Amino acid sequence: MSLQLEDVTLKVRGETYIDEANLQLDSGSFNVLLGHTLAGKTTLMRLMAGLDTPSRGRVWLGGRDMTDVPVRQRNVSMVYQQFINYPTLSVFDNIASPLKQAKVARAEIQRRVEETAHMLGIDHLLGRFPQALSGGQQQRTAMARALVKDADLVLFDEPLVNLDYKLRESLRVEMRKLFASRDTLAVYATTEPAEALALGGTTVLLKEGRIVQSGPSGEVYRQPCNMEAASLFGEPPINLLAAEIAGGECRIGRQRLPLPAAWQRLAEGHYRLGVRPHHVSLAPLATGEALCLPVQVRVAEIGGSETFLHMTHDEIDLVAHLGGIHELAVDQALEIHLPCAEMFVFEPGGELLLSPALPATAARA
Amino acid sequence: MHVRKSLVMLLYLVFILVPIYWLINMSLKSNQEILGGLTLWPVAPTLDNYRVIFTEPSWYTSYLNSLTYVSMNMAISLLVALPAAYAFSRYRFLGDKHMFFWLLTNRMAPPAVFLLPFFQLYSAVGLFDTPIAVALAHCLFNVPLAVWILEGFMSGVPKEIDETAYIDGYSFPRFFVFIFIPMIRPGIGVTAFFCFMFSWVELLLARTLTSVDAKPIVAQMTRTVSASGIDWGVLAAAGVVALLPGIAVIYFVRNHVAKGFALGRV
Repeated sequence: MSLQLEDVTLKVRGETYIDEANLQLDSGSFNVLLGHTLAGKTTLMRLMAGLDTPSRGRVWLGGRDMTDVPVRQRNVSMVYQQFINYPTLSVFDNIASPLKQAKVARAEIQRRVEETAHMLGIDHLLGRFPQALSGGQQQRTAMARALVKDADLVLFDEPLVNLDYKLRESLRVEMRKLFASRDTLAVYATTEPAEALALGGTTVLLKEGRIVQSGPSGEVYRQPCNMEAASLFGEPPINLLAAEIAGGECRIGRQRLPLPAAWQRLAEGHYRLGVRPHHVSLAPLATGEALCLPVQVRVAEIGGSETFLHMTHDEIDLVAHLGGIHELAVDQALEIHLPCAEMFVFEPGGELLLSPALPATAARA
Repeated sequence: MHVRKSLVMLLYLVFILVPIYWLINMSLKSNQEILGGLTLWPVAPTLDNYRVIFTEPSWYTSYLNSLTYVSMNMAISLLVALPAAYAFSRYRFLGDKHMFFWLLTNRMAPPAVFLLPFFQLYSAVGLFDTPIAVALAHCLFNVPLAVWILEGFMSGVPKEIDETAYIDGYSFPRFFVFIFIPMIRPGIGVTAFFCFMFSWVELLLARTLTSVDAKPIVAQMTRTVSASGIDWGVLAAAGVVALLPGIAVIYFVRNHVAKGFALGRV
């Protein structure tokens, strides 16, 4: 069943929570809502579910206007960030509760609960109570309850945030499998760009209650429509540099660099350059053009086999995600190389002009 | 240090248990022994006093009267306070915080203030000397307390549980009775205990609003002066029996009662 939001706006006491959201999600698709905390992910989901009613706009589900239909009469389900189960019911009764309310026959309930529990690996826990379970098992129970009733729309509000790293990975893999074989419309909220990419499907970028961009996850990542989208979708966020193209050179701060061939068609004026942290290189490039910038090291965070290097160039903060271990002292002066082929060029207003995947033909006249 | 601490505790325990011991001690003595001189334990133990309590109708009916209006009061307070507390814990409405505080201020008035209006009102409508009269009068003090305690317990339940239930297809009444009430069962127990505690020991209203038919045990105990003087032994036995329901009730809520004293906000 498809979901369509039409100019959905939510205002509470003069404060805008969701600002004219327009969205079309197709039946059977897996959609990720990506945005920082307080971007309005939960609010948007509550509007989709019918837990809140928009102040303006319509919500269509499968071609029917569901805006004023209470949640009880919609066929939706939701998994929260907190582990929400009925503590006074056993795991079996927790999972069975939506079926019991729908007056499904007892044998059928038994079969479907067992099937769903088996799918999520909690079939041995059916007799226990939620308090006797670990966090991961509690969340699996909540997920089983959401999946058992074959809802038209399943909402996941950062379901894996409160779980430990390992568990999160394995549940994420399972989620993809669960939904690959279903024709349910799923919406999944997360703050982590990596999670959005790993889950695939469609990504909807949210910022301050507005939908910034939506589309297939990989496409949104490779071709962010503007600077906001580019900095939302990436962790650490994309590096942004103010640049001026004038007199056949590219000026970044006081630095004057020869204008790369790829940007010859760009008109003279101010631009913003975006380069993702993993494209920043300490060594000169073997092939292709690059911008070379002097920087000062602020801090080098060293992980197991990677280094996050935080630097400044003329008071502009930059981050590099480098493979391998680089022990660099604070305040050490360095030169970094930014490959032009991997750079985004934005208008000063934020609109995308050039992206690495796009040839320079889209340049402004 | 450890020994000194235990000693202090022991002394304290003895100190608070002495009156209770003395009550039990008296209840097992005859009047002659009580008035005869100091004996630390009954020299000639007797159950005669208890026999009087359980055979004389004026005694045992007064127990039944007390239990009747206390149970009525607990039931009414809970039935009224459950929806009220739910509203305070889940909804925001105009003046909700002021109203919530105002509820508690009801308990600041001394019961004596309400003696006259209650007496006149109940006489006029024909409720005087009935258990329901006392039960309703006690509601004035118990309902606000019940709302406060239950609201604390209810606010401890995340509102996502309510929403999950609606998503699962529960109607509000079904959710409230089958999901929500079982979740705050300890809170309901504690609330019932606090209502019991007030209603069972309250003397002034209970005595004023009753005369013969609904005379409560606390009133009966203050009216035992006869021509032959005070019947000490029977009175002591009545006191011991009056302690028993309290012991029974506190046994059931012993694990949650501290949270109740904090009005459910621990």
